[in-house]
Amino acid sequence: MNDMTPTREQREAKLEGMGCKRKRVEDIRFTQGKGNYVDDLKLPGMLHGDFVRSPHAHARVKKIDDTEALKVPGVLAVITAETLKTVNLAWMPTLAGDVQMVLADGKVLFQNQEVAFVVATDRYAADDGINKVIVEYEPLPVVIDPFKAMDADAPVLREDLAGKTSGAHGPRKHHNHVFEWTVGDKDLTDAAFRKADVTIKEMLSYHRTHPSPLETCQCVCSFDKIKGELSIWGTFQAPHVIRTVVALISKIPEHKIHVISPDIGGGFGNKVGAYPGYICAAVASIVTGKPVKWVEDRIENLTATSFARDYHMTTEIAATREGRVTGLRVHVLADHGAFDACADPSKWPAGFFNIVTGSYDFPTAHLSVDGIYTNKAPGGVAYRCSFRVTEAAYCIERAMDILAQKLGMDPAELRLKNFIRAEQFPYHSALGWEYDSGDYHTAMRKMMETVDYAGLRKEQALLRAAFKRGETREIMGLGVSFFTEIVGAGPSKNCDILGIAMFDSCEIRMHPTGAGIARVGSKSQGQGHETTWAQIIATEIGIPADDIMVEEGNTDTAPYGLGTYGSRSTPVAGAAIAMAARKIRAKAQMIAAYKLEVHEDDIEWDIDGFRVKGLPEKTMSMKDICWAAYNSVPPGMEPGLEAVSYYDPPNMTYPFGAYICVMNIDVDTGVYKVRRFYALDDCGTRINPMIIEGQVHGGLTEAFAIAMGQEIRYDDEGNVVTGSFMDFFMPTAVETPHWETDFTVTPSPHHPIGAKGVGESPNVGGVPAFSNAVNDAFSFLGSTHIQMPHDYWRNWKAAKDLGVFA
Amino acid sequence: MIPGPFSYHRPATLAEAVNLLSTLGDEARPLAGGHSLVPMMKLRLASPEHLVDLHGVAGLKGIQRRGDKIVIGAMTTQHELLASDDIGKSLPILHETALLIADPQVRYRGTIGGNVANGDPGNDMPALMMVLSASYRLEGKSGAREVAANEFYQGAYFTALEPGELLTSISIPLPAAGHGYAYEKLKRKVGDYATAAAAVVLTMAGGKVATCKIGLTNLSETPLLAEDAAKAVIGTSLDPATLKQAAAAAEAIMSPAADARGPVEYRKHIGGIMVTRALQRAAGRAG
Repeated sequence: MNDMTPTREQREAKLEGMGCKRKRVEDIRFTQGKGNYVDDLKLPGMLHGDFVRSPHAHARVKKIDDTEALKVPGVLAVITAETLKTVNLAWMPTLAGDVQMVLADGKVLFQNQEVAFVVATDRYAADDGINKVIVEYEPLPVVIDPFKAMDADAPVLREDLAGKTSGAHGPRKHHNHVFEWTVGDKDLTDAAFRKADVTIKEMLSYHRTHPSPLETCQCVCSFDKIKGELSIWGTFQAPHVIRTVVALISKIPEHKIHVISPDIGGGFGNKVGAYPGYICAAVASIVTGKPVKWVEDRIENLTATSFARDYHMTTEIAATREGRVTGLRVHVLADHGAFDACADPSKWPAGFFNIVTGSYDFPTAHLSVDGIYTNKAPGGVAYRCSFRVTEAAYCIERAMDILAQKLGMDPAELRLKNFIRAEQFPYHSALGWEYDSGDYHTAMRKMMETVDYAGLRKEQALLRAAFKRGETREIMGLGVSFFTEIVGAGPSKNCDILGIAMFDSCEIRMHPTGAGIARVGSKSQGQGHETTWAQIIATEIGIPADDIMVEEGNTDTAPYGLGTYGSRSTPVAGAAIAMAARKIRAKAQMIAAYKLEVHEDDIEWDIDGFRVKGLPEKTMSMKDICWAAYNSVPPGMEPGLEAVSYYDPPNMTYPFGAYICVMNIDVDTGVYKVRRFYALDDCGTRINPMIIEGQVHGGLTEAFAIAMGQEIRYDDEGNVVTGSFMDFFMPTAVETPHWETDFTVTPSPHHPIGAKGVGESPNVGGVPAFSNAVNDAFSFLGSTHIQMPHDYWRNWKAAKDLGVFA
Repeated sequence: MIPGPFSYHRPATLAEAVNLLSTLGDEARPLAGGHSLVPMMKLRLASPEHLVDLHGVAGLKGIQRRGDKIVIGAMTTQHELLASDDIGKSLPILHETALLIADPQVRYRGTIGGNVANGDPGNDMPALMMVLSASYRLEGKSGAREVAANEFYQGAYFTALEPGELLTSISIPLPAAGHGYAYEKLKRKVGDYATAAAAVVLTMAGGKVATCKIGLTNLSETPLLAEDAAKAVIGTSLDPATLKQAAAAAEAIMSPAADARGPVEYRKHIGGIMVTRALQRAAGRAG
């Protein structure tokens, strides 16, 4: 060895593999304005479509007159439900087993529902056309309050379901009922409540909000009449699923449908499902023979494409007087709006809400969910969430605080007392999940020590005393949240979308010079897959991450994947990548042994190549093996170095975390100040700590927004009153608190690299931390639960209702 | 979010601009920073057939001292106000307020003339202009006239501007040396209009308030001058009872609408608190 020989550390560092804070390769184009988004696409002769939308929340459509619109220069066509009926597309299936109007068919069911699609030579002409379409409506009574939807005399919303006593998920109890879903042992749970020393019961609402990605939903559809092929560029989080759905509803053969997701400016669940805009643009392209672009504006995005949450959770816990939980009972009223357009795995009408037992060892639990229709936009999607896990985490974390208050116990202490213990993993929850791994006590204690939890409680006690003496108008709250997520959907035994198992996939091709391409079935919307996927491969096969190009989103080139949402990419696609890389390495080992003239078992892996056991100088680098794969493979072996892996995960993964929010509130104005927010995440093996930190910052900012003001609110007539960023709380850097992040590492035992996924954890765990902080602040004044969002005026109202101004 | 068709005009002189506006009549709107008008056009809540862009008009920009007055050209941007040392020294409340308007990007485009002339009750500068006894120069086909800020606002988006008239400059008498000032604004986030805001300019003598003016933003259809509240504090040392009385007097003239910022009761309550806090802070600054 001479001095130029790189050390092991240098060879390792050169790979920029797992564990490296590798800079995001996609940022080179994003920070220079060189990203390629759907709206950047301009095809020759491209037309533009835009919607006439309903001003009413519930009305009969008496007449649509397009005479004047068609006279507008540039307007070519006005498509209505009647047009779509000729191709049997006036309605479309939803991922949740319901059907949804593409364009208003006889009536409208929510404000801003799509009524007609105007196609024109440019966007301005399309909008001019919209303003000339005359629609005659006959307003009908509206149902906005979910608690009134199943009143006996509630207006009938879905006339298309008349007489249908059962839907995709079993019997329907009422004309505005979608489904009932029950899990758990009712009798055992009822018995636990009968025997309990202490019980709590509270209706916890998780209000309706919206993922509101920076880039709205959009597509360009181009139908080639000669070839009979349909190309769709769109903001799709799951491009292959879109291709299959289009094949199923359009009857165009699937190989003649090309779906391409270019760069996507955030999805957060908003871009999983199929929307009327996609269907209308495709039909318009088929009719006109020209490419048609449809791009939502912000108001349309907030008011028409999928919302999130709107879960109203009546929650009860049974416990002993010492604070051991003995039973959990939850009933959810789930407001789906006009159509059940959830984007959950098909057999899960309430997603994975049965993770609601959280991080605690509940001996028994029972859950029932009633889905209902109202005159609101359809949904709801998983907003940075693994299918209703955010709602479940909020439910249990808020309820644990309420129980602590009733018991007169510290909420952190109550949690420590009831955590599933490290030795109980794999743990079988009362509602049917098998938690893979965890060490909750260690994470919780680390959080408490880092922030000096005991010291903060002392400070709070002093401030409360000063408040009662009239010396201050500020109150202080500590919001503890300890969440367990369930992500990585999912095993084919229980997860599918429209019958397609929720595996994911990777194809790796190594080129002769030692560089390669990896194509993956996931689709980044900002998560940084091009960076992290290459890091997994770098570590697995010893090729620098910079020499691996990652490609996603083109259904013609990427292997079939179920897309990116629900924190599933690392648990599922990440595993497929590692498995494909291992296939590459296995073949490389045979080539290396042949070239080194030793038996395969006599060589071993060493960072970036193979070496002969006992003879460390005798090596062959992976780069050299790539070359050899194209000219001198062992006799009988096929040349080339490629691998494909389809990974069906054996189980979900269960990331967890301990969060705390320290907040002061001025009772006179309701203005809050987040003094400190500490987030400890355990997502198993950490692929890129910098990207994890970025993900946590982003998710916490969303959690902050949701808990402290972000909502889609309707007035009694069904008008959306928060339909723009003036009123829909989208915090800027100025409002956003400072985030402190930390971690523990408890690898997933069943995942090839032990990674669990992290993207959604901060949203899931953050919301209860904020809400618990507000509730904790007010608790000494006698309140039990204050509903979200906790914006200024509602905090003031809470103070007023508690007699602070008396 | 796509505006309807309109014609665009870019006059080079004031006479040309005035001529265009009076000839084109109601269908024409002057365009300054565009941060109120353009969003309205995108929503098609406003569909003017003609936009008369004032950016090419000579002489509408700049900050000058004329005797005991500061004269600010209507097309002076909020950013330019903030960059002016002259304003910082003689009218520091303008800096404090401009910094609470939207965000830096908006302040690069948004003009003081547009802010005061549009008649939007959410705009921050009008109440301040009333407190400072400013006057506006309005120029039309029949000549120029001066209107006091106090008499300019008639209702939401209704002002003393006659059809074809342009607000060309603002003159503000220099406040007394050693005056105290404060603009208190509660908003939900950067870029939001005030839930409630109060502007105070006062002088102190012997520990007591000698003169005082109080203005209110976004608490009625127009900016308000809270005269009873100001009267209540004159001659006092702003003791808690006086402050309470001033807040109550100010609340008595507020009539905000309920909106996503909160119900009427909350917005008035916040208005009272903004008055109290502005008075206290202004007094602390008075020399």
